[in-house]
Order: sequence, then structure tokens, then C-alpha cells
Amino acid sequence: MSYIKKPAARHPKLRVNSLGLTVRDYEGSMSTLCAGCGHDSVTAALVQAFFELEVEPHRLAKLSGIGCSSKTPAYFVSEAHGFNSVHGRMPSVAAGANAAHRDLLYVGISGDGDSLSIGLGQFCHAIRRNVNMLYLLENNGVYGLTKGQFSASADIGSTSKGGVANQQGPIDPVNTALSLGATFVARSFSGDKNQLVPILKAGLSHNGFAFVDVISPCVTFNDHQGSTKSYAHTRSHMHEVIETDFVPLKTEITTEYSEGSVQGITMHDGSVVKLHKVADEYDPTERRAVLDYLADVGSRGEIATGLLYLEESGADMHGFENTVDRPLVEIPFADLCPGSKGLEEVQKEWW
Amino acid sequence: MHPTDTRDPQYYHRVVDCQWACPAHTNVPEYIRLIADGKYTESYMLNRESNVFPGILGRTCDRPCEPACRRTRVEDEPVAICRLKRVAADLRGEIDHLLPKAAVEKNGKRIALIGAGPASLTVANDLIPLGYHCTIFEALPKPGGLMRTNIPSFRLPVEVLEEEMDMILNMGAEVHYNHRIDSLKELLDEGDFDAYFVGTGAPKGKELNIPGRTEGDANIHIGIEWLESIHFGHIDSVGEHVLVIGVGNTAMDCCRSSKRLGGKDIKVMARKSRPYFKASPWELEDAEDEEVEILVDHSPQCFVIEDGQLKGMIFDLVEWEENDKGRLVSTKHGETFIQADDVVLAIGQDNAFPWIERDIGIEFGEWDMPVVDRATFMTTREGVFVGGDAAWGPENIIWAVEHGHQAAISIHNYCQGVPVTDRPPYGMNLVSTKMGIHEWRYSNDYDPVLRTEMRYADLEKRLSDMKIEAELGFDVKETVREVERCLNCDIQTDFTTNLCIECDACIDVCPVTCLTITHNGDEDDLRQRLMAPAENIDQAIFASESLPQTGRIMVKDEDLCVHCGLCAERCPTAAWDMMQFDLLNPYAGHQSWPEKAITASTTSV
Ligand SMILES: Cc1cc2nc3c(=O)[nH]c(=O)nc-3n(C[C@H](O)[C@H](O)[C@H](O)COP(=O)(O)OP(=O)(O)OC[C@H]3O[C@@H](n4cnc5c(N)ncnc54)[C@H](O)[C@@H]3O)c2cc1C
Ligand SMILES: Cc1ncc(C[n+]2csc(CCOP(=O)(O)OP(=O)(O)O)c2C)c(N)n1
Ligand code: SF4
Ligand code: SF4
Ligand code: SF4
Ligand SMILES: [Mg+2]
Repeated sequence: MSYIKKPAARHPKLRVNSLGLTVRDYEGSMSTLCAGCGHDSVTAALVQAFFELEVEPHRLAKLSGIGCSSKTPAYFVSEAHGFNSVHGRMPSVAAGANAAHRDLLYVGISGDGDSLSIGLGQFCHAIRRNVNMLYLLENNGVYGLTKGQFSASADIGSTSKGGVANQQGPIDPVNTALSLGATFVARSFSGDKNQLVPILKAGLSHNGFAFVDVISPCVTFNDHQGSTKSYAHTRSHMHEVIETDFVPLKTEITTEYSEGSVQGITMHDGSVVKLHKVADEYDPTERRAVLDYLADVGSRGEIATGLLYLEESGADMHGFENTVDRPLVEIPFADLCPGSKGLEEVQKEWW
Repeated sequence: MHPTDTRDPQYYHRVVDCQWACPAHTNVPEYIRLIADGKYTESYMLNRESNVFPGILGRTCDRPCEPACRRTRVEDEPVAICRLKRVAADLRGEIDHLLPKAAVEKNGKRIALIGAGPASLTVANDLIPLGYHCTIFEALPKPGGLMRTNIPSFRLPVEVLEEEMDMILNMGAEVHYNHRIDSLKELLDEGDFDAYFVGTGAPKGKELNIPGRTEGDANIHIGIEWLESIHFGHIDSVGEHVLVIGVGNTAMDCCRSSKRLGGKDIKVMARKSRPYFKASPWELEDAEDEEVEILVDHSPQCFVIEDGQLKGMIFDLVEWEENDKGRLVSTKHGETFIQADDVVLAIGQDNAFPWIERDIGIEFGEWDMPVVDRATFMTTREGVFVGGDAAWGPENIIWAVEHGHQAAISIHNYCQGVPVTDRPPYGMNLVSTKMGIHEWRYSNDYDPVLRTEMRYADLEKRLSDMKIEAELGFDVKETVREVERCLNCDIQTDFTTNLCIECDACIDVCPVTCLTITHNGDEDDLRQRLMAPAENIDQAIFASESLPQTGRIMVKDEDLCVHCGLCAERCPTAAWDMMQFDLLNPYAGHQSWPEKAITASTTSV
């Protein structure tokens, strides 16, 4: 952490978006994480994505559990709504908030400990419900906040700072999400904003659960030679499967790709996600093929990155529940609550 | 782009905008920090090393540093660099024991200094401690040159002037007052001296030869002569209506002096409009505060004399327009008479060297000026040097001082048999300021306060007496506030390529978006590809060597960095460090540091 506040001085030529905001207006308070933490870079990528998507701060809700990663909502968009919940319970808080107010933009921030250990059940059910939110798992292979114990994402053979090798098999969050039917699955790296920012923008525009596993090195406990979640290891083993280009609504598509290598997917808000395939045979809309491909890549010890799977047509939680379009919070209490008479009528269905 | 050589002292020097802009390269940020620490004496002495006259310059300097100040790039107004210098001079303690002393053993070399202005005095300041015998010839009864005769005492009290000149003269300069040199040839022929320095200034005020000039002579004055007469008490009053012709700094001193000599209706007459005024903005402000009127687009046509008495002047009313060659041309659209009892001409100064013969090996060139080498200050006759306003026309005190330093180096070389072109190198010290994880040896917190306003002596009181200093100077409270505005541009962000793990932390935290990691390219291309384009080409961009993990490079646009140190604070590997840069200015006799010296360790202390 730093003792001084970030100086108010800013570059005089910063771009201003249609809301009259600069990228700096999407910042939060000074980070208290260790210097060099990958999570801070993920925060910076989010700030960039919000700025570029011209998100109105008061339309954003930030939710998190416990962990260094879960602390980061304090470091972006100070004006947004926020809820720092208990360890592993962010998904249900998000589901509840989304049920009550479907018009907000939900961003959940979690860690590998928060999502794959204590919160694994919650994580799985949020995927099943297809809660409309961006779910970021800032993955460093350790419990950073409690001083570096292996987490459930640690690879076999990856060592602790003290040199002890992990022996238990990892839970791969991307695999888990795909298996459970997630509709948007991506993996990226905190040290590669060119890749991460468009993925975040696509995820924020997705109608449903947008899952992004971000390798986000822990400089203090897991950035050493024996680690498979270090900056150096991630860089030398990254295998980019898809390059993502996010084209907002109303923007002309100018980038040119060779025929057949690009798949354009229109999101429910009208924006287009262009997926530029680095590997020819890869189809980001074929769940089983994606799982196979990733298994191959994984077996070579490589880390597949990019927007790996996308399905825009499915129903989200509100679709399943067939709820009204209007956010429940905006419906007057009298209309929302049927009263004891009305309730009796409803209950008669089961008599 | 090739990796930047930050071990060349001039790279970091350029980042310290004020020091780079200061002709004498005064270490501004360090003197401001010393003031912040209450070390006024140390601050004064640090100033004195480069600019020799901190008390004088703290009031009168032309301040080329201020428009250059980095603060102007993140807000409107620069740090009050000059007024802080005065604080050091006003609040300093005893310094006698710290001042340079004449060498106990003389080196037998004798130097003639012609004119006792700031240029000559600086030469004496640098040479007497090295054992030289300096003899000054001054036409007037007192030393100081234009600093004394032309800068009025409401801007520069005589005590301040004399005290600082005495620090030099009391080292044992031999001074001959009322001794005008009328023939350089004679002086050279006498052969008493090993080297000669001409510091005679630009002593001739420009004339305005329009009808009525001779007839009205009794009430038409040449600005610089008139100010000199006021200084020596030969003039102590002026008529009620005064016209000052010209709108440079001399004009400002003339109009403000008129106010104090009893003038009521004082008008400064400008041929052009405001954007073209030569006077410094603060001098214009001060004059207008004292209820001087400034009239624009009035071009003098003639003096009006009735019965041998000056009555006023007729001016053409003009409009200015740029012609197709980009030159300003005027068209007249009327004329007007303006009443005047006295007219002061303040339209510029010229050099005049009637006393330098043209057959003594000193070549004269354009404008009938001696040909002087820009680096060595030597004329075409070996052993004769020129500096200050005498060299290339009117400048200011701080340039005269720098000329003096450079000429002293040359004179020393010349007398020691070293080629004058062998200039001693600049050096630098670079020391980490890290004290702890988030602690630095400087105040890195950015303070958004605006520039501190100067307080002035009560208007009526100050106009009643020429000797009352107009500016009151900063008190301690104002000083404490103003010092925090300095961004410590000398605390350099110093990068060690092989430590960087490309975590992006520095890039994410930088408040002014000046860091980027990207693939290399040529400079023009890189400047466009940064997090924010680097459009100010007067400021360097730093490029590292190839980074270990990806082979990309770290690029820093030096333009807007506020030296907050957050990049270094957020860097997990100390690839960025905040290093205090101390430029080692070469002076006569201090030629010992090796070229590109980094005399202190570059690691944390
Ligand atoms: C009205 C006015 C206001 C100014 N205000 C400022 C200001 O606020 N800040 C600033 O930085 N600058 C100011 N300047 C400019 C500044 O004073 C000069 O640039 C500076 O003094 C030049 O120094 P110098 O040593 O070259 O010569 P000078 O100061 O001109 O000194 C030359 C000396 O040589 C003597 N001399 C000349 N000929 C001979 C000879 N033949 N024999 C013997 N002695 C001789 C003269 O009497 C004089 O004492 C001002 C100038 C004027 C005219
Ligand atoms: C109910 C509960 N159990 C355990 C803890 C202790 N604890 C705090 S953070 C944490 C792990 C966080 O790991 P991760 O989600 O990976 O976050 P990181 O710090 O690595 O970003 C644990 C086990 C807790 N705070 N609450
Ligand atoms: S901010 Fe301070 S160090 Fe930087 S240019 Fe201004 S006075 Fe000099
Ligand atoms: S010191 Fe570092 S963080 Fe601060 S402005 Fe300069 S480059 Fe940016
Ligand atoms: S914070 Fe340090 S290690 Fe990280 S990118 Fe910047 S210089 Fe490199
Ligand atoms: Mg973790």
C-alpha cells in the first residue's frame, strides 16, 4: 500500500467519454494490496473497460467475498454500489441483488480460494442460474490474504515459496464453468490488458453469467521459480486461442480479418464481439469441442487464453423465472405483495 | 529508439525544468526543500554557489525558470521560485564563515575587470579564491552597474544590493571608482595584467528622433540615464503629467518612479497591443496596481513645444495586422494629442564601444559589436574576454552572472596555459531517496494549493517614498504553503531494466499517465503509441533496454511526471527508484570530477 493519495493532477489530454468522464473518474481509493499484485492490474483493466463502455457509475454494483481479490472493489468506481460479503458467499448476494434490481450492471470479484474452496457450491449454482453478471475470478493459486497457502487451483508439482510441492489435483475453474453450462467463459492474464480489456467489455455486455478466470500473480507468495502462477511462467506458457475485439453498438466495424478466421457474435445490447481465431479448427460456440481442445492444451502444460466459449441466446435467471421486465425494487409494495388474500389464492394452486 | 543514457548528466538535468531554464543552472528544488526544512542559511549558500546574488535576484530576477516550471503543466501558475529565493535571503543566519575567502597564497596573476556590474563581480567572485588579484575599473562612484543605477530601490533596497556586492569586494578586490577606461589599447599597452574582462554593459539609451526632440530636450529624458540621475539624487521631482514611451521593463521602472517623484497622471505609451509587450507580466501588474495607465496602439509622431516649453506629444492611432510574410504592419486611422510635462524614453538600450580601438586585434562584427565566442567569451584577441550585456546586448542579471562564471573558467584556463576551449565537464550525483517502504527523503505528496499571492506595502505609503520596498516578501506561513507546490523535479524516476517483471503496477498507478510498456519503435512512432501521446517534443521520452520477460521496453514521457514516486512505491522489485539528482556545475578551479561522474552509489541507502 502507499501512504499518499494518488495526486489529483492528471494528464490534460485525457480522453473524455460521452458522460464527460475521464478514465480517472472510474478510479476508487488507493490500493492497499502488495506492490505489483496482479489484482491491481485487473482493477486497472476494469477501470478502462468501464470508461470505454461509458458505464454510469450509479448503475454499477460491485460485489465480493473475502480475500485480497475480494478487497479490490474498493479500488474502482467509488460512486458505484457495493457489497463486500462473507467468504465464498458473493454469488448468492449477487443473485439476490440481481433478483431485486435486474437493471443494474453486476460485477462480482472473487479469488481462487473464495470461489473454488469455501465458495465452490455458490459458484456452481450461480452458473446454473445464469445470473446476469460479470464474474471475475482473480486466480493466483494461493490464499493471498492469509499468507500464501495453496488454493484449490494450484497445479500438482507447483511449489510454495518455501519449496514444498503441491500434491492435490487442481480444480480448473474454466473447465468447471464449461461443464456446468456457463454461457460465457474466458481466461486471461492480469499482465495482458490488450487481451483482458475487450474480454471484460464483452463480459459486461453478455446477457447471463460471464465468467472470466484471470491469472493474477501474487507477487509476495507465488511469483517464484517453482510457481505455475507467476508472471514469468504465465507469459512463457500462455497460448492465445482467440483474440477478442469488442465492437460497441453504433460503431462501424473496421478491423479486417481473413475470411473464415473470424466469428462475429451479436450481444443482446446490439454490440458485436468479434472472435479472431488463432487456431483454425477452434469453434468457440461448440462446448464439447472447446472442452476437448482445452484438455489438449492443458496436457501440454500450456495455458489457453481468450474468450473461449460464448453462447448469447440462452435465458438468464430472470428468463428462467419469467419475472417482469421492471426491476422489482421499482414496483410499489402494494403491487409487489399480493396481501394475505392474494397469497391464499396463490397457495390454492398446491392444495 | 536506443535506450536512454541516463548516466549523461544532461538527461536528468533537462527533467528539472527550472534548473534547465536557469542560465546559471541554480538547483531550485533543493533550495526549496532546504527552505521547507527551515534551513535558510544552507538554502542561501546553495543559491549563492550558482547565482551569486540570491537577495538581489530573489527580488529582481527575470525568472526564466518560472514559465518553464513543471507546475504550469498540471495547473496554471508556476511555483513562486523567485520569491522563495528571497525568503532564503531574508531569513538566513550568519554566513561570514561560509563565504569563499581570498586564497592565502596569491598565484601572481593579475586580472583587469572593466565595469563593476554583476558580470565583472561574478568573475571576481570566482577568481579571487583561486589566488588571482582582481582590479576593477568603474566609471561611476559606486559599484553595481545597472543593478544599482537603474533598478529602483522600491524593487531592490540599496542595503540588499550592497551587502551582497560587499561579500565579493571584501575578499580583497582592488576597485578604482570614478575611473572610466577611455582606451583599451592604453590599458593593454601598460601590460599590468595577465587577462582582461570587459563587463561594461549596454550603457546607451535609444533615442527617439522625431520633430520637437531638441527643442523639448529639457523635459525629454532617456530612461536609463534618468533612472541613474534619480539614484544619485540629481533628480528628485517630475511634472504632473508624464508620458513614458515604450512598454518594456525599463518603462515599468520609469513609470513607477514617476509616481513616487510626484507625478499624478502617468501614461505608458505602447505602439502595439498587449500580447506584444516586452515587460514581464508581474511588472505590468505592479505598475497597473500603482494606477499607471497603459495606452496601446499609439505611435509617437512628434513632440509639441510651445514657447520653448514641452506641452505634450502627438501620436498616430494605429492598427496592426500581419501581412502575408507574417510581419506586423500598422495602418494609421487617426491621431491624438496627449498632454505632458515630462516625457521619458524607454525604448531600448544599445552597446557602445568608442573606447575599444579597432586596431588592437579585437574583431568587430555585425552591429559594431566585438566578436565574442559563445562558449569561451574570448574575443579574437587572446586574453581579452567579454561578458554580461556587453557581449551580445542587453539581457539581465542572471545571464550576466552565468557569463561571469564561464569567463572565469576561461580566464583561469588561459592563465594556467590550458586551452580556453577545454571546458570542465558537468557531473552528477545520484542517490536513492528511499527511507522505508513508503518513505522518501522528500515530501512526495501532491499538494493542489494554488500559487501564493504576494502582499505589498500600503499603496499610499509606498508611493510616498522611493525607498520603501513595494513587495513585502513571504512570511513563514506563506512560505510553508508555497514550498509544497514544488514537484521536486530533481527526484528522478530511475529505472533498472533487468529488475522489471512487467506487472504493470507502475503504469496503473501513475496519476498522469506517463508510463507505457510497449514494443520498441522509432521515437516519433513511440510518442504516438504511449498510454497518452507524448506531444511536447521539448521534453524527452525515456526508453529502457529490452525487458527480460517479453522483450518490450518501458517508456516514460518526462513531460508531465509529478515526481510523486508512486511508480517506485508500487514497484515490487524496485525497478523504479526515486533518485535525487544533483548537477555538478563546473566552475573555475573546480574541475576535478570525472566526466559523467556518478559519485555516489546508485542503490538504496
Ligand atoms: C531600468 C532597468 C531595469 C532592469 N531591471 C532588471 C531586473 O529587474 N532584473 C534583471 O535581471 N535585470 C534587469 N535589468 C538588466 C540588468 O540590470 C543588466 O542586464 C545587468 O546589470 C547587466 O550586467 P553587466 O555586468 O553586464 O553590466 P552593467 O550592470 O550594465 O554594468 C556595467 C558597468 O560598467 C561601467 N562602465 C561602462 N563603461 C565603462 C568604462 N568604459 N570604464 C569603466 N566602467 C565602465 C558602468 O558604469 C556600469 O557600472 C534592468 C535594466 C534596466 C535598464
Ligand atoms: C469463513 C471464513 N473462512 C476462512 C477465512 C480466512 N480466509 C480469508 S481470505 C481466505 C482465502 C482467500 O483466498 P483467495 O480467494 O484466493 O483470495 P486472494 O487473497 O488469493 O486473492 C481465507 C481462507 C475467512 N475470512 N472466512
Ligand atoms: S516544480 Fe519545482 S523543481 Fe519542478 S520546475 Fe517547478 S520549481 Fe522546479
Ligand atoms: S513519479 Fe512515477 S507515478 Fe509519479 S508521476 Fe512520475 S512516473 Fe508517474
Ligand atoms: S511496477 Fe516495477 S516490475 Fe512492475 S512493471 Fe513497473 S517497473 Fe516493472
Ligand atoms: Mg487467491
